[in-house]
Amino acid sequence: MSPNDLTMDDFLKGLWDENPVFVHLLGMCPVLAVSNTVINALSMGLATLFVLILSSALISMLRRIIPKQVRIAAFILIIATFVTVAEYVIQAISLEIHRGLGAFISLIVVNCMILGQAESFASKNNVVTSVLAATGAGVGFIFAIFCMGAVREVLGSGTFAGIDLFGPHYQPWVIMILPGGGFFVLGALLLVTNRINGWLVARKEVLEQEVAGSSATPGR
Amino acid sequence: MNESQNAIALEGTSPRVAAVMISVLAGIAAFCGLLIVLTFEATLPTIKKNQAEYLRQSIFEVLPNAHTVRKFQRSDAPSQGLESTRESGPILVPLVGEESGDELMVYATYDPSGELVGVALEASGQGYQDVIKVLYGYQPSSQQIVGMKVLASKETPGLGDKIELDPTFRRNFLQLDAKLDDTGQVLANEIVTVKAGAKKNGWEIDGITGATISSKAIGRILNASAADRLPVIARNLSRLEAEK
Repeated sequence: MSPNDLTMDDFLKGLWDENPVFVHLLGMCPVLAVSNTVINALSMGLATLFVLILSSALISMLRRIIPKQVRIAAFILIIATFVTVAEYVIQAISLEIHRGLGAFISLIVVNCMILGQAESFASKNNVVTSVLAATGAGVGFIFAIFCMGAVREVLGSGTFAGIDLFGPHYQPWVIMILPGGGFFVLGALLLVTNRINGWLVARKEVLEQEVAGSSATPGR
Repeated sequence: MNESQNAIALEGTSPRVAAVMISVLAGIAAFCGLLIVLTFEATLPTIKKNQAEYLRQSIFEVLPNAHTVRKFQRSDAPSQGLESTRESGPILVPLVGEESGDELMVYATYDPSGELVGVALEASGQGYQDVIKVLYGYQPSSQQIVGMKVLASKETPGLGDKIELDPTFRRNFLQLDAKLDDTGQVLANEIVTVKAGAKKNGWEIDGITGATISSKAIGRILNASAADRLPVIARNLSRLEAEK
């Protein structure tokens, strides 16, 4: 692939058009489980982004060396390594965050979003493109899990990143920070994103029709 | 390449191709192992420092008047006539060097003039989801538990985790009776969690509505630990006080 083929599309498509959470519905386990506060959601998102970028880079580098038959084993090995690295680094940065994320750091290994990115993109493209696409998908994931965390924390605890929003008279909606609330909020966010996509498609069709109409012979 | 092609490719694999597969996987594994070990070695001092700092902060939280901390642990040397009488139990000595990982670890705290303020003890037990680990401060002069902090728990967010957050529940532990009876061997009154608002005696803990199991677990953990450790503390009080 020549450098000319390098476009921002690889990065941008992960943010919305191919958002791993809202469009592909991948990586549901952390999205549902550790999105009960904004801080947890963001640190989970960052850890996933870290693993996604580094594993994509390494897999892309080794893509001509890894035999097809053992590629999945090799990918999992590489992903698991970076997850372990991320776990140690998080522990060194803050024990609080590590306690908040609990077992879910180790479970990044089985986040199918990362293996999917490795299998469908990094193993077929050069390093720069792979890292770009991985960053896009990772930022898209952070965006999604952050939306979840913000909605759930504001409704469920009346706070945003620990800052009290509504004063002492607010009665928190406890169900929102329980697992059930995760499903409600995810469903609502999927509804919203699908609606927005529906409008975008409809508007595009209208625009195309207008273009087609204006290029047709006048006076019809 | 789809699954059936994969299978065919594997069946006709020559030893050479197999060797390539094995060596590539082994190479990646070796590289990954190296990476993990390097990260572990690089982050270990910071992680240990963080954990020690966290424990230290927690000690000052459960014993707010504390100024300095000294660690004590069970004496290794089974000498001294006291040890022969079984009732005397373990002897506490100041910790020298590395922690041995012994569960009987006592953090004695002193005020600026060197008087013993209290001792902090770690305790753990089964909660609703997983093991709950707590640190509590005990004041020998009043024979009371004067502070409690949950160090690690996986209790249900919003319900069970109120044991860490609920201010009313936490007030239970500012003056919780933990007197020993006249023999000095057992607690005079068992520490027990009662229904929210039903606390009548100094040794009872007001539970949390909606977090019954978790708040009862705290009572159980404290009772078990206090019954086990406080007699040891009482017998070793002069040793703890002597360390100025």
